[in-house]
Formats: sequence, C-alpha cells, structure tokens
Amino acid sequence: MASHKVNKTIKEINERIRKGLAVVVNARDMIDIVRDLGKVAAAGEVDVVTTGTFSPMCSSGLLFNFGQEPPVIKGAKVWLNGVPAHAGLAAVDAYMGCTEPVKGDPLNKVYPGRFSYGGGHVIEDLLRGKSVHLRVEAYGTDCYPRKNIEKDVRLADLPTAMLLNPRNAYQNYNCAVNLGKKIVYTYMGPLKPKAKNANYATAGHLSPLLNDPYLRTIGLGTKIFLGGGTGYVLGPGTQHNPKPPRNERGVPECAAGTLMVRGDLKAMNPRFVRGVSILGYGCSLALGLGVPIPVLNEDVAWYAGVSDADIAVPVKDYGHDYPNGVGRVLKKVSFEELVSGEIEVEGVRSATVPLTSYTLSLEVADTLKQWIQNGSFTLTEPQEAIESQ
Amino acid sequence: MDADAPYSQIVYLVFAPDVVGKAIVCSLARKFDLEFNILKAQITPRQEGAMTLELSGSAAAFQAGLDFLRDQGLKVSPAAQRITRDEASCMHCGVCTSLCPARALHLDRVSREVVFESEKCTTCGLCTQVCPVGAMQARIENGAEEAAEDA
Ligand code: SF4
Ligand code: SF4
Repeated sequence: MASHKVNKTIKEINERIRKGLAVVVNARDMIDIVRDLGKVAAAGEVDVVTTGTFSPMCSSGLLFNFGQEPPVIKGAKVWLNGVPAHAGLAAVDAYMGCTEPVKGDPLNKVYPGRFSYGGGHVIEDLLRGKSVHLRVEAYGTDCYPRKNIEKDVRLADLPTAMLLNPRNAYQNYNCAVNLGKKIVYTYMGPLKPKAKNANYATAGHLSPLLNDPYLRTIGLGTKIFLGGGTGYVLGPGTQHNPKPPRNERGVPECAAGTLMVRGDLKAMNPRFVRGVSILGYGCSLALGLGVPIPVLNEDVAWYAGVSDADIAVPVKDYGHDYPNGVGRVLKKVSFEELVSGEIEVEGVRSATVPLTSYTLSLEVADTLKQWIQNGSFTLTEPQEAIESQ
Repeated sequence: MDADAPYSQIVYLVFAPDVVGKAIVCSLARKFDLEFNILKAQITPRQEGAMTLELSGSAAAFQAGLDFLRDQGLKVSPAAQRITRDEASCMHCGVCTSLCPARALHLDRVSREVVFESEKCTTCGLCTQVCPVGAMQARIENGAEEAAEDA
C-alpha cells in the first residue's frame, strides 16, 4: 500500500470523539473542504465524514420472536395484521419481508395496484407502538402441542425484533425512462411514455457507498445509523458487485456495491422507517441509513469529497429493455444534471424525478454527525473487508 | 391524458326509487375494472337514493364506467374535492412530481423539498394514488364531508 502523508487510526479518532475533540462534517460539507484545502490538509483537518440516504429499500425485513405461552407452540404459518411471515425457522421465530403484501390484496388485478398494506407497513406500525394482530397456525407435536395463537401484540411484547436486511444502500443506481407508448408502473415509480420523465435514486454526494467507493473503511462490524437507531454492517449485501466499471474518481458507473445490515427495531425512530406502497409494483420499506467514514488518510478524504458532478448514472429504458433483461445503457448523465430538473433522452426533454428523499438523507447524515460530536456514537473497526476493486 | 394513466375521482350519484344503487355499483367494478370505495350512502327503500363514491382505475375505464351509470338512469356529478398534504407524513421524496399535470407539486432545487402549491392544483387525484405513504389526501367538500378519511 502506498504511504500516506496523513495516517490516523480508528482508535485515535475514537479517543478524539470521547474527548469531544473530533472534527465531524457531513458529506455535503466535505466537498468544499477537499476542494478548498486539498486532500492532505482536509485529511488532517477532518476526522469523520457522515453520509446518509433515505430511500425505499426492498430486501429489508424484520426477524422477530413472538415468545411462548403455555401450552407451547411450534409455529408453521405466521401472519402479522394479515401479512404472511416466513415461519420455517424455529418454534417462535419468523421473518417478515418488507415487500410481502397483505393476504387477499387485489395486487395488480385492478391495474395499477395500490398495495396499500404489506410487510413494510407492519414494521412501521410496530415501531409506532400500535398493536398488531398475530396469528399463528401449527400442526402440533408432542413437545409443542398448541395449534394456534390469535392475539394482539405490540413491539414491546416481542422478545426479539430486529431489522435484518440482506441488501441495502445500493452504490449508485439506474435512472429509469420509458421509451414505450404507454405509461408503466415500476419500482422506479410511474414512467410516462416517450421518456417524459426520468426517475432516479440515491442521495448522490451524500450516499454512503459513493463516499467510499472501494469500501476501504466499511466492512463486517462497521457501526452505522439504521432507521434512527444504530445497526451494524454484516458484510456485502446480495447482488454486491465488487468489480464494476468505474470513472477516473473510482465511482462505479452502474449499480454496484451493497450492504447487508442489521439493527434493533426497538431502538429505531419511525421518522426513518416507513412502510411504502409503490403504485403498480408492490410494498416496500423506506429506510434511513448512514455510514460514518473515518478519515484515515488523504485518499479516504479525497473519495469522501465526491460531488454530484463526479457521479455518472446510466439511463435505462424500463418500457421494454428492463423487463426483457436487456442491459442497454441509453446514455450516462451526471447526478448534477439529474438534480437540475431536466435531462435530454433520445432527443426529448425529460423531467427528472427523485425517489430518494434528499432532505431526509441529509437529516440522517446530520443526526449521525450530532451523535458522534456529543460522544454517544463511536466508530468500530471492520473485522472483515468487503471485496471491491 | 394517457388512456392507461391511473385516475381517481369522487362522484356523487343520485338514483331513482326503482334503481338499486349497490348492485349497479358492483357491476361497475366487474365490467370496467374500476376499484370503488363507498364513502357515503343514503338509501331508503322506495325513496330516492344517493351515494358518494370514489372510483379509481384507468382514465378510459373511468369514462366508460360513467357512461354506463348514466345509461342506467343515474344522475352523476363530480363531488367537489380538495387535495391536502399531511406535512408530518410527507418524506419529500419527489415521486408525486412525476405525474402532477398542473405542476402544483414540484421540487425546489435549493432546499430539495417538494413544494405543494394548492392554488395550482386541479384536484385530478393522481398524487393521492402515487404517493407511497398516502401523504396526499382527497377531502370532499360541499356537504359530503369527512368521507375520504379512509379512502
Ligand atoms: S410522493 Fe408523497 S411523500 Fe413523496 S414528496 Fe410527494 S407527497 Fe411527499
Ligand atoms: S391532485 Fe393536484 S397536486 Fe395532485 S397531481 Fe393532481 S393537480 Fe397535482
């Protein structure tokens, strides 16, 4: 590894956090700091850069245990407010996926379906302290004779309730347009025909994995902001792509890295955990996630100085190409162009529409910054790297 | 407007004593792929009945459905509605700006918040369908009151 002019350790940074001396900035402010001071001085100045994103994140879910009361049960089928949970784990463990629709939902039979209630909504309801109807069916065994449970439960009644998300925090993503002749309803939102709108995701310069594009500081065991509480990175998420094409700044030019994370639901805040209904597509969970980046050296500082102009986003057709598995990239646009409100696609002017809330993403980054500044959140050493080249 | 675009409108139906309102409304859903939500109904046997109904489906299905109702002898009029935003619920994501035909919803480039200018709103109802957290809500005015609460 190349030698650096600035060398800090997480241990040293934590010392400074405990003494109230750490310099913590959000990823937006880091852009100007790196630009004005240069990366070496910026690395000397800043100890931690906080990032944040708030977006629908499918591949999230709740791992919960609903406890026993005699006679005991080994649940085979479990529902919360009518939404099926996966029960093939253990006697009273189950997993509620955020995209699971409520039983009997008309789905897309009345097109475009509304998907007004699903796993993500159950998670939000629990977190808001609402009582949720638990239904369990079992076949009965000698050791677990009970055959059903019907009762209302609250989050506080569940012995364990943790978000365990196989894939969150996508590093960069597509911008979706529809080149077809009729409107389509996608997980990227409604897309009007003839590329009238272009929908895009991620929080750009605030996005966790765009600020550490090679995941040099993030790995298994990294403590993070998750849903208003704290959580941990468990490693790469599903579909993690360690070798994406990158621009000269190292920023992937397509959807690339992902994180698997977990966090205790009971310590979260419903402002950052929202059940969502995506018209014509399904249910999901919008979640706030922020990663603190320890500025260990000038390279880390340089990457964390990424601006919207440095992020290239591929524009793809979701009218025909995406549903048919065609990977064609119509063009690449910078995140800065997307934020401007309009891009040009195939000769037409397309209005850009964000799906990720910038204001809440910034609130995530700033809340994390506050926690670190007041000493209530210290950094952890990753125990295992996440492959990224 | 695109014939397949989602559409949602609240209508006020008046039917003569010899017409059974509910049965007609049900066949409306069956024949035209419209989702309906009865917000208010006043039906007394052998008297004139009235119903406030939220209909959603494609714009084309909505038109066909209204024609059908009129053919059945019902008086149909749009119920006046007002669109409001639940500020505590809005996440300022921006999804609603994709369909708003009146530009009553737009993203402020500087604050990056989604601005709602109710005076520009034509109450088309598209945002109430597309908002992922139901922050955009339709409220009925002119006498049909409080109905849309659970729409
Ligand atoms: S779609 Fe809903 S939550 Fe998102 S900005 Fe519009 S009103 Fe707010
Ligand atoms: S109801 Fe009003 S704010 Fe909503 S999409 Fe229609 S015009 Fe826009």
